[in-house]
Amino acid sequence: MPAAVALRGITKRFPAVVANDRVDFEAAKGEVHALLGENGAGKTTLSNILTGLYRPDEGEILLSGRPVEFHSPRDAIAAGIAMVHQHFRLVSPFTVAENVVLGDQRDIGRAFRLRPRAIEQRVAELSRRYGLAVDPRARIWQLSVGEQQRVEVLKALYQEARILILDEPTAVLTPQEADALFETVRAMAADGRTVIFISHKLHEVKAVADRVTVLRRGRSLATVAASDATPRSLAALMVGREVEIGRRHHDRPAPGEAVLQLDGIWADGDRGVPAVKDVSLRLRRGEIVAVAGVAGNGQRELAETIVGMRPATKGTVEIKGRRVRSGDPRSAIAAGVAYVPEDRLGTGVAPGLSIASNVVLKSYRRAPVSRGPFLRLARIRDLADRAIDNYDVRTSGCQVPAWQLSGGNVQKVVLAREFSGEPAVLIAASPTRGLDVSSIETVHSYLREAASTGVGVLLLSEDLDEILALADRIAVMYEGGVAGEREAASTTVEELGLLMAGGREQD
Amino acid sequence: MNNSLVVVVLASGVLYGTPLLYAALGELLAERSGVLNLGVEGMMLVGAVMGFWAVQRLPGPSALVLAAGIGVAALAGAAMAAIHAFLVVTLRANQIVSGLALTIFAGAAGLSSYLGNDLKLTGSPARHQFQEVFPKSLQDLPVIGPMVFGQSLLVYASWVCVILVALYLTRTRTGLNVRAVGESPAAADAMGVNVAAYRYAHTLVGGAFAGVGGAAFSLSITPQWADGLTGGAGWIAIALVIFAFWRPTLCLLGAYFFGAFTALPFALQGHGVTVAPELFQTLPYVATIVALVLVSSRAARLRFGAPAALGLPYVREER
Repeated sequence: MPAAVALRGITKRFPAVVANDRVDFEAAKGEVHALLGENGAGKTTLSNILTGLYRPDEGEILLSGRPVEFHSPRDAIAAGIAMVHQHFRLVSPFTVAENVVLGDQRDIGRAFRLRPRAIEQRVAELSRRYGLAVDPRARIWQLSVGEQQRVEVLKALYQEARILILDEPTAVLTPQEADALFETVRAMAADGRTVIFISHKLHEVKAVADRVTVLRRGRSLATVAASDATPRSLAALMVGREVEIGRRHHDRPAPGEAVLQLDGIWADGDRGVPAVKDVSLRLRRGEIVAVAGVAGNGQRELAETIVGMRPATKGTVEIKGRRVRSGDPRSAIAAGVAYVPEDRLGTGVAPGLSIASNVVLKSYRRAPVSRGPFLRLARIRDLADRAIDNYDVRTSGCQVPAWQLSGGNVQKVVLAREFSGEPAVLIAASPTRGLDVSSIETVHSYLREAASTGVGVLLLSEDLDEILALADRIAVMYEGGVAGEREAASTTVEELGLLMAGGREQD
Repeated sequence: MNNSLVVVVLASGVLYGTPLLYAALGELLAERSGVLNLGVEGMMLVGAVMGFWAVQRLPGPSALVLAAGIGVAALAGAAMAAIHAFLVVTLRANQIVSGLALTIFAGAAGLSSYLGNDLKLTGSPARHQFQEVFPKSLQDLPVIGPMVFGQSLLVYASWVCVILVALYLTRTRTGLNVRAVGESPAAADAMGVNVAAYRYAHTLVGGAFAGVGGAAFSLSITPQWADGLTGGAGWIAIALVIFAFWRPTLCLLGAYFFGAFTALPFALQGHGVTVAPELFQTLPYVATIVALVLVSSRAARLRFGAPAALGLPYVREER
């Protein structure tokens, strides 16, 4: 029997890179097939080709042995391929049922007149059959992220997709929600559908997939049975060498006095409603405290409030016992706050400026970088060259604009700049998101090093593995408040997951 | 009693509100698909002049000529809107800049004025114009007579349009697709809805409505051609869509409110009170500024119920 979907020699070139280089891939009917690879390995490009968003430069797509060509997403949908994107494609003021029926070209959806009742019924049936609990009449903005993902899956099921692509589906889920998703995935495969599960998380690939295809630098390296693979062997394939997985380091001095003290912080989000609610937190010298939580529970707003980019509506921020003026980044910098922002290419660096300019972005007002109103360009070049050496930034020179660097190298430039001010507190927001495994190792080692030299590190991350590998203490944020605080040594993923879902802390 | 100030103002509010209503309905359709078109004033003027031209030049019975005039006005408005659609949908130009350019290009000192002179349309009244349809006895009913029965076919047609547009947006599949394109083009695209086609179609239909609104001036209210005869009605229509929270039925109320305001100085004059006309002439611009300030921040726009992707070009993710 021919494979349900097969890609042969797919090549896709973009101006700067070859995103897919003669990729071969096939998945059978009723199979859960994981596509494993680091960021930038070409997973997303490949799925965009399969869903008709991109057209391959070379190679062919076969469905059940028949070659097909997609000119738009519509062709792919008609061929029975659906995708759940990492960033949901939902219309937030619409109801669940309206989202599901959107663009439908068949039966109930084809009638010119909308029949909400009939659609709601169909959606309710589907959600019962696959254990995707969600109210068809609810509006998207009322739903949690996990529920929104269920709507995306329902959309695919409603379209009677035979081949379903899930792009990093667990990134936004609590561990418990992820387990529920795995069950749905298995149920769909048992139904004879093909599920392509894109991920870079080794243990979940092992938990959910039948087979795994590993991509590296745009090429398909190997396809292995999940039962034969170990996280270690998969990691080696993915990175191309042996890596250490999540070992905890405990060679740091005992934490000292508090360097950062938050007292009853409230702050408004971008929409003008409170996003941070009464957060109190203490960070001591040499300590790494992690703020965990599902994305969008106020972590970003909290970080911005601490570094002065967002005014606090209530509460105080103290650095080394001195109050920082709310909403004034310069006051925070002067007090010794360093910040590695989540949005590294927009907030972390000025993309159009050179590496050298970016390295001195925070110190250009003072000697030795400037004298009076003049910048000392030779000094700046020296500083930048030293930073490039020390932090192993891969580039052809310090005058290269920052946007030309890869994500990992941008992050190194940010770290070099932030550490150069000899900070007391480092706020790192998702510092490794989107980086490849070796860059992640580098960033982690810098964070550990910072802590061992006495910097207080506040790590905001959605990745529990990262948090457990680095943190001494973990505060979990839920809907803007701290749902609970735990010692890293004595907590479990399950316990943290429960807190992330808003489960009450039992004292 | 039908000569009392209130009744006169309300009845002429319906008359003066009708072009606003057509233009606002058109703008509403375009905006619901995510296209902000500030060229309404220009499209109205071109519709007004071309509709008037058709009525002056075409032979035949009055009803047919007027219908043809409205058709020509709609086509002219749609042709103007096509320029905007091409610029902002295909070339992804800034919608505000393109819309302003359209009004300047087509507006009072531009194409419409040139056409009016070139086709020698100024100075003479319309050969045919829209008349009241109901018999005098109904029109003489107290209060509702002048308001409801004293109107021309253009007014009654606009009521049908309001209902059709409202039903279209809320009860039909294509209406759902339009709203999706205006709220989240990425979601609509992923579901196989052709974003560009929907935006083109609704911008063009919006232009057609604006053209008809313009013709309501040159064939019913004035009824003749003069440079800039819309007097800023296009700007009020844009403000109106915002004040109506992007809902067709509220557009109707709003249009008549602004219409009554426009009619007020004339009615007051009839009662021997004079008000500086400049005061009322500034109204369209003041209303537009207030409306645009109200929705200037994204947060405020969303709270007012604006389509989330309004004014944003849609680019399918590429690297």
